[in-house]
Amino acid sequence: MKNEYIPFPAQVKEIIRHTDIEYTFRMSYEGEVKPGQFFEVSIPKYGEAPISVSGIGKDYVDLTIRKVGRVTNRIFEHYEGNSLLMRGPYGNGFDIENFRGKEVVVVAGGTGLSPVKGIVDYFSANPQDAEKVTLIAGFKSPEDILFKEDFKEWEKNLQVFKTVDTAPEGYEGLTGMVTKYIPDLQIDDIENTVFITVGPPVMIRFTIMEILKLGAAESSIWISHERKMCCGLGKCGHCKMNAAYVCLDGPVFNYAESKDLID
Amino acid sequence: MGYQLSRKTADEIFGRLKQDYDIFAPKLYPGEGCFSDTDVIRYGKVGSLDEIEWSKRSDYSFKEALLAVNEVLFYFTEKETRVPSCTDKKLLIFLRSCDLHAVKRLDAIYLNNGPEDFYYKRLREKARFVLMGCSETCGTGFCVSMGTNRTEEYDLYLKPEGELYRADCRLEELQRYFLTEEVSVCEAVPDYVRENKEKVTFPEKLSTETFSNPLWAEYGSRCIGCGRCNSVCPTCTCFTMQDITYRDNENAGERRRVWASCQVDGYTDIAGGNSFRKTQGEKMRFKVMHKIYDFEKRFGYPMCVGCGRCDEVCPEYISYVNIINRLAKEEG
Repeated sequence: MKNEYIPFPAQVKEIIRHTDIEYTFRMSYEGEVKPGQFFEVSIPKYGEAPISVSGIGKDYVDLTIRKVGRVTNRIFEHYEGNSLLMRGPYGNGFDIENFRGKEVVVVAGGTGLSPVKGIVDYFSANPQDAEKVTLIAGFKSPEDILFKEDFKEWEKNLQVFKTVDTAPEGYEGLTGMVTKYIPDLQIDDIENTVFITVGPPVMIRFTIMEILKLGAAESSIWISHERKMCCGLGKCGHCKMNAAYVCLDGPVFNYAESKDLID
Repeated sequence: MGYQLSRKTADEIFGRLKQDYDIFAPKLYPGEGCFSDTDVIRYGKVGSLDEIEWSKRSDYSFKEALLAVNEVLFYFTEKETRVPSCTDKKLLIFLRSCDLHAVKRLDAIYLNNGPEDFYYKRLREKARFVLMGCSETCGTGFCVSMGTNRTEEYDLYLKPEGELYRADCRLEELQRYFLTEEVSVCEAVPDYVRENKEKVTFPEKLSTETFSNPLWAEYGSRCIGCGRCNSVCPTCTCFTMQDITYRDNENAGERRRVWASCQVDGYTDIAGGNSFRKTQGEKMRFKVMHKIYDFEKRFGYPMCVGCGRCDEVCPEYISYVNIINRLAKEEG
């Protein structure tokens, strides 16, 4: 029987530096994986951390890692030409079929863009598969903007609102919270629109309030939760909300089915 | 098959069992209790029947026989990992009815919630259970209310009765140990508790509304978040992953899982600073609702088996029994 706790080594193929504390690690990986799923990434001695898949290729997965803890600090210090240990992928991930042929609105905050980036990439490469795709992405400041190169590509094919909470004087881009851009969305048919929102819990809460004001059905909203997923296998208990295990039943949830989940 | 046997014969049989099984049972550890001059009854490997504590319920449950407090998942050196080997012997675990019902809950999490757990499964397949039987109720248990006072899932029932032992063997594998001339066949029906001092009315109308009942804050103000209730609970299964290295060689170490408590700070902390249940009241609500509501929604039966250990161990005298009874009264 398979021992799920044993990680495999994966080569760091490439590093994409977004900010001082946010890099994308392109890891060699061949196997099935969906946007929104996650891997447990580890370095012996330092431990494991759950990291969402932020990009998928034929022989790689992208992991966008934020340097904010014991494991990720170490990863940033010791990645050169190295490999990291991984196990996974875990979680349900986003199912592209739920969005095909629809008007798709993605609202993401900060690194919350990672789990949903695979979806944005897909529709940017295959715009004909959706009626219309809008991305509202918010960051704290211009220095915190992630995936700058990808934005250039997305802006060609999708409607993009890239906004920052605060900016120095003279900043030419959009400012304000992501919620500021929801009321003015040009939606042709709300019945045929789906929303995806990923980010800090507070952002998700206010984003959903704004989306519902548009007259959207609760079942048209998809969210991805970030919790402490220690094992990724439904055993350790840390990510449980009511009867749901975020690592098994999520991290992607339909809002109508998950709005009663309480931490 | 039921048997009656003398103490001497029981000892001989135990001796033969010991060759094939690692035998875990509740033992009295004098002076090792939490406070000075107090004893504790917890599980340990036993070498003879005399070492087993029959008279009182154990303070800690059997679960550490299947789930070690610290369990090594693998040893690592540079790029290599090695999984620790498992005991060659089978396991014989002495426990009471409530705890045998708890095994089903452990199985639910470790075998039926996501992929099967490698480490649990390899021990679980070796485990055989000896029901100890209870001739009278323990102080804080409420097994009758939970319907966990009886079980027929045991492999062997064994009970001292004066100078004799009574046994009922249900597992063929164990039958052969009893095939000696000194053993007489007789009826042996396990003792079970018919009435507890504590009675619990199980709330039937719990819902997500229950999450906002003010009683959580009330009890939370008394809770000090020590997590003892989780440690003694036979159905608490949470753990945290942990890497350690050896002091004499920092390139070698082990990744292990360590029991975790949802009542202790840090349980929900994620890197970057978010955490999800900050007050003790919220943590207590999370635990209680898991035991009596969330688990049942997922698996079809309550998680709590009514052993009452949490009420016995709480240093703040918080009564889980009272909480459930109040929920039944206030929520219906």
